[in-house]
Amino acid sequence: MIFESPQTTQEAVTLLAKSKGRVHVLAGGSDLLVRMKGGYIEPDVIVDIKHIKSMNVIKKTAEGFLIGAAVSCGKLGEHAALKKAWPGVVEAANLIGSDQIQGRCTIVGNMCNASPAADSVPALIAANALAIVQGPRGERRVPVEKIATAPGKTSLKKGEVVESVLLPPRRAKSSDAYMRFTPRTEMDIAVVSAAVNLKLGKKGVIEEADVALGAVAATALRVKAAGKAIIGSTLDEDALDRLEAACAEACNPINDKRGTIDFRVKVSKVLGRRAATLAYTRAGGIK
Amino acid sequence: MALLVESTINGDKAEFVCEADETLMDVLRNRLGLKGVKEGCGTGDCGACSIKLDGTLVCSCLVLGAEAQGRTVETVEGMSDGAKLHPLQQKFLEHAALQCGICTPGFLIAADALLEKNPNPSEEEIRYALAGNLCRCTGYDKIVKAVQDAAKTMNGAAK
Ligand SMILES: Cc1cc2nc3c(=O)[nH]c(=O)nc-3n(C[C@H](O)[C@H](O)[C@H](O)COP(=O)(O)OP(=O)(O)OC[C@H]3O[C@@H](n4cnc5c(N)ncnc54)[C@H](O)[C@@H]3O)c2cc1C
Ligand code: FES
Ligand code: FES
Repeated sequence: MIFESPQTTQEAVTLLAKSKGRVHVLAGGSDLLVRMKGGYIEPDVIVDIKHIKSMNVIKKTAEGFLIGAAVSCGKLGEHAALKKAWPGVVEAANLIGSDQIQGRCTIVGNMCNASPAADSVPALIAANALAIVQGPRGERRVPVEKIATAPGKTSLKKGEVVESVLLPPRRAKSSDAYMRFTPRTEMDIAVVSAAVNLKLGKKGVIEEADVALGAVAATALRVKAAGKAIIGSTLDEDALDRLEAACAEACNPINDKRGTIDFRVKVSKVLGRRAATLAYTRAGGIK
Repeated sequence: MALLVESTINGDKAEFVCEADETLMDVLRNRLGLKGVKEGCGTGDCGACSIKLDGTLVCSCLVLGAEAQGRTVETVEGMSDGAKLHPLQQKFLEHAALQCGICTPGFLIAADALLEKNPNPSEEEIRYALAGNLCRCTGYDKIVKAVQDAAKTMNGAAK
């Protein structure tokens, strides 16, 4: 195996495009090294992206927050302005693993590992985040929900690397929230999770709503109908019932020892309701 | 392919040769003799291999040796001041916060990382911060008490 640590994105793209055999990007390694150790993958080349300057920074730009692909989730939690603008995204990222894992893991690794239960992914989908992908043919911007295509599979092509994630500018009277259900409070993988991002208009009426669910299908899901169900409401009981129904309808979970189909469907309703309520209060709505 | 890596380990410049796919945990234990770095699971779940990499708490089983190039590494071997134990080490002994001891180095490093960020943590904060460290023997209570007591001593000394 060859270990490469390029200094620029361009160098990384060239290495990824030209290297023969099994080439893997290394960010925090908290999925990659576990899979190597388990014998599931045997890389020929590893490209460590942590020495690339542009991938190590969080920048506030006119387009929103640009989060470099090598920035650890722990660092997101220490960034006061980001936390204030996107509390749901940051709380989702901070739920990943222990403090030890937080020191290394990244939201881009979480996304590219393509687990249906990845914690930060529903929050990024609800936030309408874009992955900035660099490859041999230049840059493309991909909505986060288009990165994972199936468990462990992504839409990234040979030579491509995610350089950063762009979170849109946070507007007035808007906020987000993320919640997951796990049997243990720490160090566990979501059985079901929900993210909600809301923008309010006059008198606390919801103008825009984005809802996403995790661990209830082969990839994290954007649930358009659940957003629609609460737009125009002040998140009254009827609106919440409609949101619950839309969440349940969207679920297509597996049945396993961690949660039966019925249980996951039921919890998707509960978490959809609670995440919406929290996002609503964070956006300044009164419940 | 073997690589030559230079880093600073427990304050001293160190050079080692390792394979590209070798973990930092294996390098520290097998090549540098730092056996205080323990292997419990090898997959990030138990925290026995905890170290600080450029001051950040990480599991060394999920870091490649090659990644230590140009970085600083701190292990339990660097905690005491010669024969004088670090307050955390001293308090772990006084509170009998260990039995078999395999988890102890990891707990000490994780607790040290916590106290650096938060010198006066509540019991709940300690329990959350140490959630990535598993102990099969003690039931955690004595570990939490030892960390609280060490925090008290360290804050007293700082005044
Ligand atoms: C003990 C433990 C607990 C965990 N708990 C959780 C949890 O609670 N919730 C959760 O969601 N996950 C959890 N995980 C899984 C893992 O920590 C997360 O998925 C993490 O976000 C992965 O990020 P990373 O930077 O470490 O990824 P890496 O392991 O570096 O990479 C993961 C995958 O993405 C690819 N990749 C990484 N960066 C890029 C890039 N920039 N461009 C293209 N491809 C890229 C890699 O090639 C690899 O295939 C846990 C893991 C461990 C070991
Ligand atoms: S050996 Fe590294 S976390 Fe268990
Ligand atoms: S003292 Fe035995 S595992 Fe903790």
